[in-house]
Amino acid sequence: MDNIKEIIAKRVAKELKDGDLVNLGIGVPSLVANYIPSELEVYLQSENGIIGLGPLANEDEIDINLTNPSGQYATIKENGAYFDTAFSFIIIRGGHLDLTVLGTLEVDEEGSMASWIIPGKLVPGMGGSMDLVTGAKRVIIATTHTNKGIPKIKKKCQLPLTAYRVVDLIVTEMAVIEVHDDGLHLVERHPDVSIEEIIAATEATLIYDEVKIMEV
Amino acid sequence: MNKWIDKKQFQSLIKDGQSIMVGGFLTCGTPEMLIDWIVETNVKDLTIICNDAGYPDKGVGKLIANNQVKKLIASHIGTNPYAGKLMGDGLLEVNLIPQGTLIEQIRAYGAGLGGILTPVGVRTSIQEGKQVITLSNKEFLLEEPIGADLALVNAYYSDRLGNLTYARTARNFNPIIALSAKHVIALIDRKVDQIDPETVITPHTFIHYLVGGENIG
Repeated sequence: MDNIKEIIAKRVAKELKDGDLVNLGIGVPSLVANYIPSELEVYLQSENGIIGLGPLANEDEIDINLTNPSGQYATIKENGAYFDTAFSFIIIRGGHLDLTVLGTLEVDEEGSMASWIIPGKLVPGMGGSMDLVTGAKRVIIATTHTNKGIPKIKKKCQLPLTAYRVVDLIVTEMAVIEVHDDGLHLVERHPDVSIEEIIAATEATLIYDEVKIMEV
Repeated sequence: MNKWIDKKQFQSLIKDGQSIMVGGFLTCGTPEMLIDWIVETNVKDLTIICNDAGYPDKGVGKLIANNQVKKLIASHIGTNPYAGKLMGDGLLEVNLIPQGTLIEQIRAYGAGLGGILTPVGVRTSIQEGKQVITLSNKEFLLEEPIGADLALVNAYYSDRLGNLTYARTARNFNPIIALSAKHVIALIDRKVDQIDPETVITPHTFIHYLVGGENIG
């Protein structure tokens, strides 16, 4: 399979609508910015206080007071805006974001997710992730289907939760999965991957009927 | 009234065991010079309240590297492996709080509120030990206000009194922590005669002390 991250980011970008206010998490989700369809106007918000986040700064554009949420020197697009952290989380928590796209360690049949701590091993902290998935109108998980072969899509999350029942859509390099009240619906598969292979790589039960082919 | 202080006066304000809020998001908007001055004092047992642990050699990470921090209240420490190691070894107490909750707890203190109700963290480990309040069939966590002895702010423009504006994404926590500490000290990048009252972000009455930064003039 070609570049896994690219496949995921391209597919997530198809979910964007004109006029959307969107927060992209670090890692694979941030790559979605590279595939925003040119006919759409999409506004990127980030928790460090900006609407209209642009690409990374070239060397001659570096401004030490303008960074993205990963702390890299970045740029602002025309008609952008700056604000403090309290205002930033009014946007995030208050239901003013149309969409957030985040990675995860685990996601489960109920749409709960776990992404901020592996007790005793890795404790990065939650940053703004708990607020994002609780407050955004729509939550998309963009992640590799497994962690080196171990399924990330679980029956029930084993790690401490980031939030309970918040995920709407899961996009991986293998499949697109919708979260409904009755469970996870497999709606698309990568053209090179069979439904059986997806089921084998998934711990959660997948409900499916007609499975479309992902555009890649 | 003269709020402008020098290094020696600043260092005399820093004491063992204080709680100190520090502005910045992954060190963008952190008053680095003030951090360096605290490192020189070697004061101990500080409680640091900020967005993140910075980097081992930048931001509040320098205080952690110098073993001056007893407790860190932050939303993220992933960029500072040394903070993670100290936490794992039991040498640094770390209280991780969702970023939006942390900033509202700080704002609540300065706003005279008794706490905030947030849906963030409901049915997660964040809920442990907290009161859950149900309003209109929705669950919220009661989170208490957070104040501090000192707040260290980095501002871009200041006039002689300390009316402040901030630069781009360096604003982040700075105007909020300026609401919620007994003594607020601002490191200024540029001093100007006048700031258009329409553009002032932090009115001067919130600022107790001003320090001129390297770019001042």
